Amino acid sequence: MTQGKVKGIIANLVTVAVDGPVSQNEIAYISVGANATKLMAEVIKVTGENVYVQVFESTRGLKVGDNVEFTGHMLEVTLGPGLLSRNYDGLQNDLDKLTGVFLKRGEYNFPLDKEKLWKFEPIAKVGDQVEAAAWLGEVDENHQPHKIMVPFVMEGTYTVKSIVAAGEYKIEDTIAVLTDQEGNDHNVTMVQKWPVKKAILAYKSKPRPFKLLETGVRTIDTANPICEGGTGFIPGPFGTGKTVLQHAISKQAEADIVIIAACGERANEVVETFTEFPELDDPHTGRKLMERTIIIANTSNMPVASREASVYTSMTIAEYYRSMGLRVLLMADSTSRWAQALREMSNRMEELPGQDAFPMDLSAIIGAFYARAGYVYLNNGKTGSVTFLGTVSPAGGNLKEPVTEGTKKVARCFYALEQARADHKRYPAVNPIDSYSKYIEYPEFAEYISGLIDDKWIGKVVEMKTYLQRGKEIQEQINILGDDGVPVDYHEEFWKSEVIDFVILQQDAFDKIDAVCPLERQRYMLDLVMGICHSDYNFDNFLDVIDYFKRIINLCKQMNYSEFHSEDFENYQKKLNELLAEKQIKA
Amino acid sequence: MAKAFQKIFTEITAITKATCSLKAEGVGNDELATVNGKLAQVVKIMGDEVTLQVFQGTEGIPTNAEVVFLGKAPSLKVSDQLAGRFFNAYGDPIDGGPAVEGEEVEIGGPSVNPVRRKQPSELIATGIAGIDLNNTLVSGQKIPFFADPDQPYNQVMANVALRAQVDKIILGGMGLTNDDYLYFKNVFANAGVLDRIVSFVNTTENPAVERLLIPDMALAAAEYFAVQKHQKVLVLLTDMTLYADALAIVSNRMDQIPSKDSMPGSLYSDLAKIYEKAVQFPEEAGGGSITIIAVTTLSGGDITHAIPDNTGYITEGQLYLRRDSDIGKVIVDPFRSLSRLKQLVAGKKTREDHPQVMNAAVRLYADAANAKTKMENGFDLTDYDNRCLDFAKEYSNRILAIDVNINTTEMLDIAWELFATYFKPEEVNIKQALVDKYWKK
Repeated sequence: MTQGKVKGIIANLVTVAVDGPVSQNEIAYISVGANATKLMAEVIKVTGENVYVQVFESTRGLKVGDNVEFTGHMLEVTLGPGLLSRNYDGLQNDLDKLTGVFLKRGEYNFPLDKEKLWKFEPIAKVGDQVEAAAWLGEVDENHQPHKIMVPFVMEGTYTVKSIVAAGEYKIEDTIAVLTDQEGNDHNVTMVQKWPVKKAILAYKSKPRPFKLLETGVRTIDTANPICEGGTGFIPGPFGTGKTVLQHAISKQAEADIVIIAACGERANEVVETFTEFPELDDPHTGRKLMERTIIIANTSNMPVASREASVYTSMTIAEYYRSMGLRVLLMADSTSRWAQALREMSNRMEELPGQDAFPMDLSAIIGAFYARAGYVYLNNGKTGSVTFLGTVSPAGGNLKEPVTEGTKKVARCFYALEQARADHKRYPAVNPIDSYSKYIEYPEFAEYISGLIDDKWIGKVVEMKTYLQRGKEIQEQINILGDDGVPVDYHEEFWKSEVIDFVILQQDAFDKIDAVCPLERQRYMLDLVMGICHSDYNFDNFLDVIDYFKRIINLCKQMNYSEFHSEDFENYQKKLNELLAEKQIKA
Repeated sequence: MAKAFQKIFTEITAITKATCSLKAEGVGNDELATVNGKLAQVVKIMGDEVTLQVFQGTEGIPTNAEVVFLGKAPSLKVSDQLAGRFFNAYGDPIDGGPAVEGEEVEIGGPSVNPVRRKQPSELIATGIAGIDLNNTLVSGQKIPFFADPDQPYNQVMANVALRAQVDKIILGGMGLTNDDYLYFKNVFANAGVLDRIVSFVNTTENPAVERLLIPDMALAAAEYFAVQKHQKVLVLLTDMTLYADALAIVSNRMDQIPSKDSMPGSLYSDLAKIYEKAVQFPEEAGGGSITIIAVTTLSGGDITHAIPDNTGYITEGQLYLRRDSDIGKVIVDPFRSLSRLKQLVAGKKTREDHPQVMNAAVRLYADAANAKTKMENGFDLTDYDNRCLDFAKEYSNRILAIDVNINTTEMLDIAWELFATYFKPEEVNIKQALVDKYWKK
């Protein structure tokens, strides 16, 4: 392998003189200090005889002349059973296995358990023709069918020469022998490696997403639905409830595997995830949510280069589980921190800066990353998906900045968290008018949702949005002309939009019942609210309108706080009916 | 200064206002050096050319200055002797007392493994209702005041420090005016709590680049008390804007390409390294904690500037002060202030009705703000508008003002009293069960 010597150091960018070939993105280890602690680094630029590597750790004490060893491979993740319910850093070190309270630099570990026995069931048979990602067998990983696949790096077609019988095996045991077309045998174990920056393409096709991914959050499912395999992004000025919303989605969404990439965010938020997830009951299985969750944590104070790696590590693990025919939800908070890591490195390499000093190819990098999500048909006809939701943290809440703009070009759903709504405690503070879901325009989605709910659903949703839009326009008019300056009808129409806002859009993430709203209940509430909107009422003056609709909102909110169809719920429904009867004009 | 075995370099090849470069070998990154006795730190090595950041500035440094490398990163001697003392940015006493004996630790050390942290769950009561009720502080939290330079943030911070139930208070003063420095010193001395306080101070009279050492010094001391002595430590950092300005100076002198607002591209990571030292340790690790309250001064209230903007994404909320002209007092602004960790204690360590009462009151206060706009635009006000305005005035005076000093149960009772005085239950939008229990009839 190629060796080198340190020539120069600026923060975590190190210049190395080498004695042999190196490749872009190759991993190297630099020995530092009296104990020759090895620091992991990645090649990011080569000019003439200078090789620039970014070190994933602090370079304190590093000297000119220190030894560098190159490894001949890019940054890889280790894939195999035992990934679930672990907490990794951006380089896939198991955080729980690290010793001590403080992170020690140069301490790396193997991300899986080599000793654990897994109950293996073969799927492939001797003589089968297989290719990369074909399912050879299955182990039960926390109740998920974890497929053991032909390693993704194996190109071409192979014949299964032998496969072990059902039984217990360790991840490094050979479970199958495959013969290539030249007649060479290859041993396959349960563990494989894959370079994180390359997408795993071992599937047949990637259609447009069309299946609703239910999240239990009304402002998403009802107003702007996201699809299985879809992409979305949430920008949020700080303090608008981005994290709470993201947690709600990850807890509730209909996914088999949840991967949370805490990328350059606050450590206490990650601790919240670490603390809460093991406690959370999984609404889908009745067991613990953590059983099917992987957390990749690279908090803001951890080294910036591994922050950049962390989103790729997460995506690669997501693609791995997708290849098993599972539905994966990947949440990254925040992609802006990832972009900032790119900016820091570009800055140190003295590249000519693009807008806001970000690298010129930022939007291409973001696009390529989002493109790795998707709903796929695997080679065996089964389906799998990676749904990706990223947050962006736009500087000063200004959405006209490179990361948000680059993301907007590629993500299909947009959940616009808004400061003004947050200030008024209208949570989730997703602006209903600026937000969008492109999926609602897909005929594939319309067809799917007709089967799931009914064929009038999309029409109702569009109508609801029209009410909201109209409500906003009227509010502006009232602000200009005054309460007395507009007809009473205007107030009525405005307050109908307020009913939609308070009852459908707003949701209390901290209330046990209101936090999760199943689709059936969303349908009931939307019908209820649209019924209220469709009616005409008798009012003498605008004060009556305000008072009346506030009472309606209060009753509907109490319904949201009650168990669906419980006695309380039905009581509030009865009271609501009585209240409506007071003023409604019978058609 | 130089010891016998240390090599002395005397050929400076380049000097800027904050850095100088020389040919030297065997030098480690981040290592300290002295340049004609002035402390400096290695910031760049390229072949045999080493660039040093000179903390006191390079005024008077000649091209034949004597440079000695010290073979270590900046460090602080830590022990219980730190308590009650005042130090400069290098950790040397400025109170006339003796040097501190103790273990020498590198400052700016590694981060806590996130899985070894505990979720913060201890309330830090300040008696200020604008904080305790609406923006409850939690141990292990980091939160700044976003304030214009003319606002009384240092006074509020001193009050918070004195009332908070903590074992140690560490003051990191960056570019403090001498007056403010003396203010802190007097307040702490008069309150008789000097023995709980450690101060690292860089005043406006000291060189700007020295400030870069202050947060790391203060936090190294904080980590000593929190990790080794298992204490609850509160760190006050004022003013972080001046710290960031010093970062910009150095990066500018090193010809780095500036990003937004002339700040270095690494500003987010630089600030995060400091703020993320805030931590709650689990019982197994002694249960100590570090809480950081900082000040970020704004220019004309502009929070889109790179410093407050990056800070806001790192810290767990922010507190704003505002002069309320209706009552003529400074209040904690309920709209823009936020403690992100409040839900960890609100309604759990405080009475059950806390979260809903807090939100309802702020919502009504927002309605009052709308009513006020209407009034200013010359429109007629409804009865509800008028009630909101009356409510807002009393709420501002009895809850939001920074001179309030009561416990959270009293705060909640006052809020219910105000609700009942001005509103009907259905206007308040609180869960019925709580209304039944607490509504003042």
